[in-house]
Amino acid sequence: MEVSWKKYAYTFLITAVIFITAIYVSNYFSQKRINEIKDIESQISIDISASETQFSLLSELPCREISSSLLSKELAALGDKLSYMEESRGSNDSEVLSLKKYYSLLQIKDFLIIQKIKDKCGSNQANSGIFIMYFYSNKGDCPDCEREGFVLTKLRQDYPELRVYSFDYNLNLSALQTLISVYNVEKKLPAILINEKVLYGFQSVDDIKNALPALKAIDAAVAKAAMASSTKATSTKAK
Amino acid sequence: MHLVSEIVIYIFLFIALYIEVFFLITYFEFGNKGNKISTSKVPSKWPSVSIIVPVWNEETTVLKTIFSLLKLNYPKDKLSILIVDDGSTDKTWNVVQRFAKSKQIKLLRKENGGKYTALNYALNFVNTELVGCLDADSFVHPEALNRIVAQFEDSEMMAVTPSIKIFEPKGLLGLVQKAEYIFGIFLRKVFYHLNAIYITPGPFSIFRREVFEKIGGYKHAHNTEDMEMAMRMQKNGMKIGNVHNAFVYTIAPTSLKTLYKQRLRWVYGFLKNSIDYRDMFFKPQYGHLGMIVLPAAGLSVVSTMYLFGAMILNWINSLIDKIKEISTVGFSFRNFNLDFFYINTNIIVFVSLIAIIGTIFMIVNSRKLAEEKNKIGLDSILFLLFYTMLSPIWMGKALYNVIFVRETKWR
Repeated sequence: MEVSWKKYAYTFLITAVIFITAIYVSNYFSQKRINEIKDIESQISIDISASETQFSLLSELPCREISSSLLSKELAALGDKLSYMEESRGSNDSEVLSLKKYYSLLQIKDFLIIQKIKDKCGSNQANSGIFIMYFYSNKGDCPDCEREGFVLTKLRQDYPELRVYSFDYNLNLSALQTLISVYNVEKKLPAILINEKVLYGFQSVDDIKNALPALKAIDAAVAKAAMASSTKATSTKAK
Repeated sequence: MHLVSEIVIYIFLFIALYIEVFFLITYFEFGNKGNKISTSKVPSKWPSVSIIVPVWNEETTVLKTIFSLLKLNYPKDKLSILIVDDGSTDKTWNVVQRFAKSKQIKLLRKENGGKYTALNYALNFVNTELVGCLDADSFVHPEALNRIVAQFEDSEMMAVTPSIKIFEPKGLLGLVQKAEYIFGIFLRKVFYHLNAIYITPGPFSIFRREVFEKIGGYKHAHNTEDMEMAMRMQKNGMKIGNVHNAFVYTIAPTSLKTLYKQRLRWVYGFLKNSIDYRDMFFKPQYGHLGMIVLPAAGLSVVSTMYLFGAMILNWINSLIDKIKEISTVGFSFRNFNLDFFYINTNIIVFVSLIAIIGTIFMIVNSRKLAEEKNKIGLDSILFLLFYTMLSPIWMGKALYNVIFVRETKWR
């Protein structure tokens, strides 16, 4: 029986080419994702700058003219994409890290501009500043962070007007560290900042609703609207 | 740990792809060249042939088996049939009595001792040039024998294997097995080109009688005597052929339980015989059989179990995550958004995709060899979907039995 080493070598070559192509294609798509995130980030950055500029220019104008662009949805979607990338490329990937830093920075900027609007116009406007700041860690030292993440995802789904700013406590970003020291957030994670008060440890949906009455107000408004429409429906039926 | 398991998966994928590419290259290399010769050839002389039918409690199928042999398109004076009743406890012996006066058929009876003893007992009565075996749950195509005999015109050919198909497949398991057997036809063809056939299947493999004179009769061989015989022949440098259109139809297990038992016996037998013949692995003197085919068959058991285990772990993990989520925030439907961003573009996905395309190509070609009408059938799809789920059941148990030394039973 003969063995054709040449054939084995050719087979190896073909297999290797297929494998390398697969690696190349996979990397190509991964890089494409990074670029997509970069694009979104720069778009959001432009939007925030525009809002800031608008704010400075029109500081004398009535409130309804300001706060035109609302970024919370885009920021949230960006956050989702970023955490997906973090999972697939690893949280130590340098590109993921720099995107994450930029994302944190954008969140802080968004927070600041919303605060400015709130100060000037008060908080009676819808969308004008119900927010939660969430500090987590994915270094394995925060067993409750996963569950807290579920809670916040659920809240964001139920209340699109709620802004959830999430920060990796361990991220090496000076602006973030300043924010942490301004609010005196200790490293007892998960930590949630609501109305200038820091809550430590796991908070359920109800805990957060209790701490943030604005959410309950939205619930009440929705219930009222539902009731109104159902009475309207019954009254139309009666006709 | 996560990184290690990922690297192991890459290694398995690379080797699996290597083997697939190797088989496809072999198939292309020989192309249809071999196929045509075997279909058009008619033997120029008709060597004498004996077919041994070992029976054990097979009263319902044995007649059909014998009738299919009698209908073979082969000179009657050149074909004799030996029925060996291996101590049946049902009416098998009575049922076969109707052939007691036939010149062509010889009836033998012995105490129960297992299939290999029945075969060896019958071999004592054989004096024809060629000898084969047909299990009593199988039926032959009328042209099967003359197509096989044609390949014996090569004087070096010591045994020739047929193509096995499922007799009237029914249900999910029947269809999955149908596709599996058809796929087997492709593989056996490739192995033949590589001179690396390592099983001479119980249903209708034909040998030169001198094989048994030179290397001895059948052995117990962990209840897979048909594999051991082929391995012993390969070890002794005897050539084993294959005729892809010499069809034999076999009755497949219809319940998961009987299928499980059959496969457990096969995989266990394969593993144990591989251990017995371990000195053939990675030895260039045994050609492609030693270098590629046997290691590939062994690896397929290990890698199937590993990948299956990894998949189950993955499922359990996502299930735990889901339970955690439900217990914290209750049941909620997340609005599913079809964003291209979230499509998995991992390397494993692309390599698997290529491997699946290769497999589909093999399936299409195996159906051509098996003379099926359509390029792809429902059975092929069910095979692709379910086979990887089914096989780990018996592979896992067979591995367990080998490691913890437990014999498997025939029935």
